[in-house]
Amino acid sequence: MPISADHIKEKLNAQFGDGIISWDDASDILALEVNPSINLKVLTFLHDEPTLGFQFLTDLTGVHYPDQSNKELGVVYHVHNLKENTRLRLKIFVPIEKPDAFTATGLFSGANWMERETFDFFGINFIGHPNLKRVLNVDEMDYHPLRKEYPLEDQTRIDKDDEMFGR
Amino acid sequence: MARPVRFNVNPKDFTDRGINQVELPDGHMGEGFFATSFDKVVGLARKNSIWPLPFATSCCGIEFMATMGSHYDLARFGSERVGFSPRQCDLLMVMGTIAKKMGPVVRQVYLQMAEPRWVMAVGACASSGGIFDTYSVLQGIDQVVPVDVYVPGCPPRPEAIIDGVLKIQDLIHNESLRRRHSNQYKNLLETYGIQ
Repeated sequence: MPISADHIKEKLNAQFGDGIISWDDASDILALEVNPSINLKVLTFLHDEPTLGFQFLTDLTGVHYPDQSNKELGVVYHVHNLKENTRLRLKIFVPIEKPDAFTATGLFSGANWMERETFDFFGINFIGHPNLKRVLNVDEMDYHPLRKEYPLEDQTRIDKDDEMFGR
Repeated sequence: MARPVRFNVNPKDFTDRGINQVELPDGHMGEGFFATSFDKVVGLARKNSIWPLPFATSCCGIEFMATMGSHYDLARFGSERVGFSPRQCDLLMVMGTIAKKMGPVVRQVYLQMAEPRWVMAVGACASSGGIFDTYSVLQGIDQVVPVDVYVPGCPPRPEAIIDGVLKIQDLIHNESLRRRHSNQYKNLLETYGIQ
């Protein structure tokens, strides 16, 4: 039996109240946005509360909305209750000047690499991460390539500069 | 419709029991002796016994497997002995997309090969980055190692890879023994930061 959205909302609202910024149940997976300062508390509550039991971290990634002032960078957690087969998305948004979020590695060991990847591509600083360094890109890279201000194309090429390649 | 057969319609007349022999280099022959220059003999020996080192990262590697297989059979050109240790090989065949993070690995493999060594970039990605014009992909392996022959194609057919090997054979055959000691060659390696 999937856990009902109403039950999840009721539990989280009772526990965190103002910390929850918004709910989105329009799509197939229930989603909520919370204050970035309580991301780890919410994840721990979702993990430990017996009637919720979101004990599996399916995915953790970042997203960049340059037009959302003071909330440019997002971190999205997908958690899964394997027993009841219920999924939940948790989002936090942090300012690009100070992209700090608490690490979930203490709760989910699988978050280790995913947070390193999110740091690598979006520059989100996971406070408390045991080894926060680049994992997929070259170590010499000096920027976070999936932020929107950086072009996708390799900038060392000089032969693709005509109108056929859109440069 | 009958399939046109265009292969081996005019088989060669092998006088010595079907063994295909390379042509003799220019030289002087007499009764009991044959004299030619040393680098011609060395070139002849090297070109017909290339040990390729396949560095296959993606679909071009699959085409290389077809090239090594019985149908296209690179062994016909003396290259059937694929080595998987760079220290034993003459020809580095880089086949597939090389990410920037893989660049130092390609370079390391090249450095571990003993002179004389040749490099072949197979396919669009190894030659120029191909369709992967992106921050994470090396835009051609010639940014990290000197390349002798580029094989175009995405991926190239086995015929094209064989054509590339034949081009390498030409280079090996005609290479002067002094080339690897020349200043030009040293300067080339210097541009890649290799002593």
